[in-house]
Amino acid sequence: MKEKKRSAWFKRELPFHLMLFPAVILTFIFKYIPFTGITMAFEQYTPLKGLFEQKWVGLDNFIYLFSLPGFSSVILNTLYIAVLKLTGNLVFPVIVALLINEIRAKRYKKTVQTVLYLPHFISWAALAGIFIDILSPSGGIVNQILQMFGMNPVFFLGDAKIFPYTIVLTDVWKELGWGTIVYLAAISGIDPTYYEAAKIDGAGRFKQILHVTVPGIIPIILLMMVLSIGNVLQAGFEQVFNLYSAQVYSTGDIIDTFVYRIGMIESRFDLATAVGLFKSIISFILIILGYKLADKVAGYKVF
Amino acid sequence: MKIRESNSRKIFVIFNYIFLGILALSCILPLINLFAISFSSRAMVDANAVRFWPKDFSTAAYEYILGNRQYYQSFAMTILRVVVGWFVNLSLTILVAYPLSKDDPRIFRCRRLYTWFFLITMCFSGGLIPTYLVVSKVNLVNSFWALILPEAVPMFCVLIMMNFFKGLPKVIEEAALVDGANWFVTMWKVYIPLSKASLATVSLFVIVNHWNAWFDGLIYMNMPEKYPLMTYLQSIVLKFDITKITSEMLMRNPNLLEVTGRGIKGALILLCTLPILLVYPFLQKYFVTGVVMGSVKE
Repeated sequence: MKEKKRSAWFKRELPFHLMLFPAVILTFIFKYIPFTGITMAFEQYTPLKGLFEQKWVGLDNFIYLFSLPGFSSVILNTLYIAVLKLTGNLVFPVIVALLINEIRAKRYKKTVQTVLYLPHFISWAALAGIFIDILSPSGGIVNQILQMFGMNPVFFLGDAKIFPYTIVLTDVWKELGWGTIVYLAAISGIDPTYYEAAKIDGAGRFKQILHVTVPGIIPIILLMMVLSIGNVLQAGFEQVFNLYSAQVYSTGDIIDTFVYRIGMIESRFDLATAVGLFKSIISFILIILGYKLADKVAGYKVF
Repeated sequence: MKIRESNSRKIFVIFNYIFLGILALSCILPLINLFAISFSSRAMVDANAVRFWPKDFSTAAYEYILGNRQYYQSFAMTILRVVVGWFVNLSLTILVAYPLSKDDPRIFRCRRLYTWFFLITMCFSGGLIPTYLVVSKVNLVNSFWALILPEAVPMFCVLIMMNFFKGLPKVIEEAALVDGANWFVTMWKVYIPLSKASLATVSLFVIVNHWNAWFDGLIYMNMPEKYPLMTYLQSIVLKFDITKITSEMLMRNPNLLEVTGRGIKGALILLCTLPILLVYPFLQKYFVTGVVMGSVKE
C-alpha cells in the first residue's frame, strides 16, 4: 500500500522537480560551490599549490587586515557612503513623489516622470563617463556654470573631502525617478474618502497632505527603510570603481573596490576572500534582520 | 461651487512646476551637453566653448568610432548576450517561479526546501574571488557563456513572476487538470498566456540588465574583441588615448584631425545608451507594475 502511494506521489510531483532542475544545477555551480571557496579566507594562498594543499592559518588573515592602517578607513568609508545613500534614497524620492502628486496637468506630470526615470536606465559605465566630463574642474559644464556665478571651480571627483558627497548626490540623482514609483503607487492607493473627510473638516490642501497622504504612505516608507538595512555595506561598487582615483582612496575606497584591487589586481586571493567573507556575513545578518522587521512592521513576507 | 485657491497655494503650485521642471531638465541636460561636444570641432571643445548645441559642426568623433572594428564587435557581442540572456533568463524565471508558486503543500511537498535553496543565494554570496575561480574552473573564462550562466536565474524576477502566479485563481489550474492536462501543459497552455504583462516586465528588466552589464565582461574576457559594448565603453572612458589615431588613419580621413578625447567619449556614450533611451519611455507601464509588484504586497 505504501509503495503505491509513494510512487504515485513522486509521479505527480516529478514535473516540478524537472522544471526546477536546470536552475538548481546552475545555482549550485555558480552560487553554492563558490561558498566552499570561502576557506581561502583562512589559508595562506599560493597559486602554485593546489586548492587542497594550502596552508591553514586560521584567523591570521583577518588579524593582518585589521591591522592595516588603511583598512579601517575602507570600512568607515563604506558605512558612511552607504548610510548617506540609504537616507538620501529614502527621503528625496518621497518628497518628490509628494510634489509630483500635486501636479494637475496630466501631460506635464507624465513627461516629468518619464524624464526622471532616464538616469536609472543608464549604466554606471556610461554615467561615469558623463560625470567625469561635466564635473571636470577644467572644462566641465558644471564648473563653468559655477564660475559664471563667481565661484571657484570645485574638484568634485579629485578632492577627497568632496568625493563621498559627489558619490552620494549623483547616486540619489540617478535613482530619484525610479524611487518615486513605489511611493506614487502607494499615494494613489489612498482611499479618497479620507481626503473628503478632511475637506469637510476644513483642511486646506497642505493640511490634507500632512494628515492624509503622509500617514497613508508611512507603512511603505517604513517597509523600504527596513528592507534597506541589508544594504548598509553596499556603497555602490560599479559607481565608485568608475569614478574614483588614487587621490580619493582615503575617503572613497570602499570594501568592494578594496576587494577588487587586492584580489583581481594583486592576486591576494586569501585576503580578498577574507574581506569578502567579512562583508557577506555582516550583510547576511542585516538582510535577515531586515526581512524579520519587515514582517513585523508591515506584514511583508519575501516568499 | 468653485473653491477659491489661496494665494499661498497658487505660489506653491508655480514653484512646484518650476522645481520639478528643473529636476527633469537636470536629467537630460548632461546628455545634451555631451551630444553637443561630440558634434563640435576640436577648437571649440578645447576652448570649453560648447554648451548645449554643437559649435562648428563636425562628425569626426563618430567617424572615428564607426570606423573602428571593435565598436561593431562589441555591439554584436552585446546584441548576442541580450538575445540569448533574455531567452535563458526568461525561461528559467518561469521554470522556477511556477513550481514555487504552488503553495498548497499537498501539490508540491518539497516546495519549502527549494524556496530556501534559492532564497539563500539572495542573502549570502561567496564573493568576487570564489565566483571568479569557479567560472575559470569550468573553463568559461573568455567564453561568451560566462556572461550568461553565472547569473542565469534572476531571483528578483522570479519573485515578481511567483507573486503573479500566486495571484491567479486556482480554479483555472483545477479545470485544466480535470481536463487531463499535466503540470507542463498547464504551465504552457494556461498560465503563460495569462502572464503576458508579467512576462513583459521580466523581459524588460532582463534586457536592460544585459545591455548595461559591463563588469562581467571586464573580468571574464581576456581579449578586447570579446568585450560587450558597455565593457568597451568603460575601457575607452577610463583611458582613451588620442595618440591611437595613426597618421595612416589621418591620411585616409583628414576629418579625424578634429577628434578630441572628450568628443570620442561623448559620442560613444551616446551611441551606447541611445537604444535603451529610445525604448524605455514606451514601456513605462511594464516596469512600473514590476517595481510595485516586487515591493508591495496585498
